[in-house]
Amino acid sequence: MDVPFPSAARVAPPAPRHRRLSPEAQLAELARLSAPTFQAHLARAGLPALTAGPLRVLQVNVGKLCNQTCRHCHVDAGPHQVEANMAWPTFAACLEVARAARPPVVDLTGGAPELNAHFRRFVHEVKALGVREVIDRCNLTVLLLPGQRDLVSFLAEHGVHVVASLPAVNAAQTDAQRGDGVFERSLEGLRRLNAAGYGQPGTGLELTLMSNPSGAFLPPPQAAQEARFKALLRERHGIVFTRLVELTNMPIHRFLEFLLERDDLERYVGALSQAFNPAAVGGLMCRDTLSVGWDGRLYDCDFNQMLELEVAPAEARTIFTWRDELLAERPIRVARHCLGCTAGQGSSCAGATSASSV
Amino acid sequence: MTYYEHGDLARFPEIGKDAPHLAEAFFAWYGKVFAEGALTKREKSLIALAVAHAVQCPYCIDAYTTGCLETGSNLEEMTEALHVAAAIKGGSALVHGVQMRKKAAQVSM
Repeated sequence: MDVPFPSAARVAPPAPRHRRLSPEAQLAELARLSAPTFQAHLARAGLPALTAGPLRVLQVNVGKLCNQTCRHCHVDAGPHQVEANMAWPTFAACLEVARAARPPVVDLTGGAPELNAHFRRFVHEVKALGVREVIDRCNLTVLLLPGQRDLVSFLAEHGVHVVASLPAVNAAQTDAQRGDGVFERSLEGLRRLNAAGYGQPGTGLELTLMSNPSGAFLPPPQAAQEARFKALLRERHGIVFTRLVELTNMPIHRFLEFLLERDDLERYVGALSQAFNPAAVGGLMCRDTLSVGWDGRLYDCDFNQMLELEVAPAEARTIFTWRDELLAERPIRVARHCLGCTAGQGSSCAGATSASSV
Repeated sequence: MTYYEHGDLARFPEIGKDAPHLAEAFFAWYGKVFAEGALTKREKSLIALAVAHAVQCPYCIDAYTTGCLETGSNLEEMTEALHVAAAIKGGSALVHGVQMRKKAAQVSM
């Protein structure tokens, strides 16, 4: 297995010692809650069951290796995840699908996707296909690793859209979620991106910040929070960026375990249920995304991937057996975790899915 | 039965059972007060948090701690807000010392 940067383990906090639940056990925890099911919410709002529309985003989760061990991580990523990482033949199959399906967006996530040994080759080849937008979901501190000193210039040269995680504009909340010292290192990562033109007007190099709440509460209104982030990062740190997107913490893996440890799962999912917003359903990312796991299995979204809820069509459940005619208009697999994407202003990998939280 | 049970906040609407028109008026007004206006929802939540401490309402403290976090405030800002409340409460106690001094002067030689 490729472990390109074993030194990553030295810059991250140790993996937390909480109990680890299998995807099946996580679904069982969600199933026993008293909040109405996701399907019941749709029915009560007079909305049909979810089905996939035309493919817009091919999201490739290249593996779980990461130099951080964030407390909210739905992937359970960390330096200890040295096995679950995508090999080249699977990347090659993704390229074939991108060539055939022509999605306007190829979205690379992880883990820290840049730590996969084939990351740069894949970015290079997928750009060569003429894909309109290639996204790198970057944790910022990876940019500071000794083996990644030229990463910023690589991303800039390939015009990659960087979506960088930053939950807050203060060290206390950021470090509480992402590890000691991460806020200061994230600022340094942002400075390096800015220096390469990212987030600067006129360069075409987009720098999106992605913010998850640093606890068991809903994210703030996206537009207002973007204005605050822009003002505070510019005034205090001289940092600029293109836009902010807000993402609700999903009761999956490490964040689910955090809620269970605090005996707070029932309340949190109840709050998601109470905040169900029918207007957020139309923009759900599962409707135009195909999510690829490190081993090539296919899912409706990255959250379903971590719960091992594979796409419905049994004959097309891997990138190697991808068939557009089977996956088009497929029913979306849902469970109570989906309430995280429809709460308040809605939530997706591209941020809010509704203009307001009604 | 105890005072200030955790689940009681969710039962707040029960207050309308015997005077529904008054409760409807209150909740409608309350909703408008906290809507985005000349002040943002975030600013209003910080004011509410500070007042919640001044009036020492545990329901309001729970509600507006979450409300502040969900409108984008952090603990540094929230702590400063409640120091404002504490300063006004403390100041209002101390400023009455002028009255004390006036009364003392009136009755003293």
